[in-house]
Amino acid sequence: MTITDSPVNNGVNVQALLGAREALSAAPEAAQFTWRASCTWRNGTHSHSTVAGFTGLGAEQQHRTEYEFDVDHPECFASEDNGATPVEFVLVGLVGCLTAGVASVAQHRGIQLRSVTATIEGEMNVLGILGADPDVRNGFEAVTVRFAIDADASRDDLQALIAQAQKRSAAFDIVANPTKVLVELA
Amino acid sequence: MMQTTAVVIGAGHAGLAMSRRLTERSIDHIVLERGEVANSWRTQRWPTLRLLTPNWQTRLPGHGYAGDQPDGYMPLAEVVATLTRYARLIGAPVRSATTVHTVRSVPGGYEIRTDGDVLHARAVVLATGACNLPAIPGTADTVPPPVTTLTPLTYRDPGQLPDGGVLVVGASATGVQLASEIHRSGRPVTLAVGEHVRLPRSYRHRDIFWWLEATGLLAERYDQIDDLTRARHLPSPQLTGTPEAITTDLNTLTALGIRIVGRLGRITDGVAQFSGALANTCALADLKMNRFLNRADEWATASGLDDELPPPHRFAPTRVDPRTPLELDLTSGEVTTVLWATGFRPDQSWLDIPVRDRNGHIRHDGGVVTGAPGLYVLGLPVLRTRASTYIHGAAADTGALAHHLHSFLGRRRRP
Repeated sequence: MTITDSPVNNGVNVQALLGAREALSAAPEAAQFTWRASCTWRNGTHSHSTVAGFTGLGAEQQHRTEYEFDVDHPECFASEDNGATPVEFVLVGLVGCLTAGVASVAQHRGIQLRSVTATIEGEMNVLGILGADPDVRNGFEAVTVRFAIDADASRDDLQALIAQAQKRSAAFDIVANPTKVLVELA
Repeated sequence: MMQTTAVVIGAGHAGLAMSRRLTERSIDHIVLERGEVANSWRTQRWPTLRLLTPNWQTRLPGHGYAGDQPDGYMPLAEVVATLTRYARLIGAPVRSATTVHTVRSVPGGYEIRTDGDVLHARAVVLATGACNLPAIPGTADTVPPPVTTLTPLTYRDPGQLPDGGVLVVGASATGVQLASEIHRSGRPVTLAVGEHVRLPRSYRHRDIFWWLEATGLLAERYDQIDDLTRARHLPSPQLTGTPEAITTDLNTLTALGIRIVGRLGRITDGVAQFSGALANTCALADLKMNRFLNRADEWATASGLDDELPPPHRFAPTRVDPRTPLELDLTSGEVTTVLWATGFRPDQSWLDIPVRDRNGHIRHDGGVVTGAPGLYVLGLPVLRTRASTYIHGAAADTGALAHHLHSFLGRRRRP
């Protein structure tokens, strides 16, 4: 089965992705991307971030529009709850990345999706961030994602789908593996 | 300067097989060897190593296994003896104890400078293999000082290691073999597992290599493989050649008491950090193994073999402990040795011809080096088929390449 003849349509342009893979392998400098966000403190634990430009394909690129995000903490943290918490943004990023991967891999493998829903949970002991217990880490102890997928495919094929989505996910890699982080004063 | 038609560099299985093919075609050549025949097997492998492939599969041009254990796995010493015998049998013109310093293009061919003299040849075959140097991640530099580090090229036996725990990094064929050998010596092993290839030693009473060959998988050609880059970088399967033909998958190692952790990410302040993706890494390997077993079963049914063979079955999924640690403090004294079983890479530093890609790999089309007429390379993973990784496949590749080399010489001779 060739992909162009496939009646499967998950709205993913696999041909474009495969073309990009080939083109970028030949021109590796264009494959180097820099993703950016800007953040401004508002008040208390509330901040406002925007995402608009990024660098890639050897040039400065722009999103179709500027996206805005309010980050805060809930009232039980004595905050005003003007937005989701930072760690919830991490969960949103991870599950969004995995879901994009599920759709792309399904398209590539000729699996028509009817619906994909996912829940994601991160377990955290806040004694870590409160500095109350040195043996407790700040971040998630574990993250669990549960996909419900309605598609013309066997359970084995769907297992393979979510396994491959994890394997090719940037956000999954960022969460699961160590990353060098440098925070400095401008 | 000495003139010869062809020079083969390396007298291992691939170089010797090529020599035999050149002799068949009456192509005048010399095989240069830094040590003796089968040098890497003699000097750079641990003594308990056995071939992953069963003896019946150890086929060289004009030579098949003639011993009394066709289903056994050849011990290292027997591999050396077999290749030494083969070199004699075919009358290979091996010049041993000759180290190549540089190979470069000159008008009409190539100039090969050795520690002895300078040769000129119209064709050169690189048969020095894919496993000359250990491929070690950058984080190796950050192992805290009291911890001993070594690679499979320097490892000989567990007795060479200090007492205490051992972190084996990498779970392909080398990693699982050494993890199990070291753990059984009383040094508790932690095995860091990244992407891996799980295969049972045997399935339905047949060796897994019998299935890999029978189903046609090993014969898949490099120009018919969808993702050749991936195929060429696939880790070796988690197999061991043992007299008992045991399986050495992660479940077996866990049952021995070996602790399985995720891929080593980095070492920060003496603490090794492992990937939290272990469960998915294992799920991917289980899925891939089952896809192959499905293919094997379909092939057996289509071939009418279901009555001869025991019925199909599946192996238990890889068990991953949900409490698997993400960190291991290398300064605590618990671990005294880190063994880098993270793969190998070829050493072609003496090749002074611009034929490499940006990652330093020689660009070639099934062993015919791109942009250097008359230059050939052998013995790399999936060079021409998936079997190229193994002795019989590398030996088989020499047929097509000798044919190409022969017609290259013919073309050049015409006015």
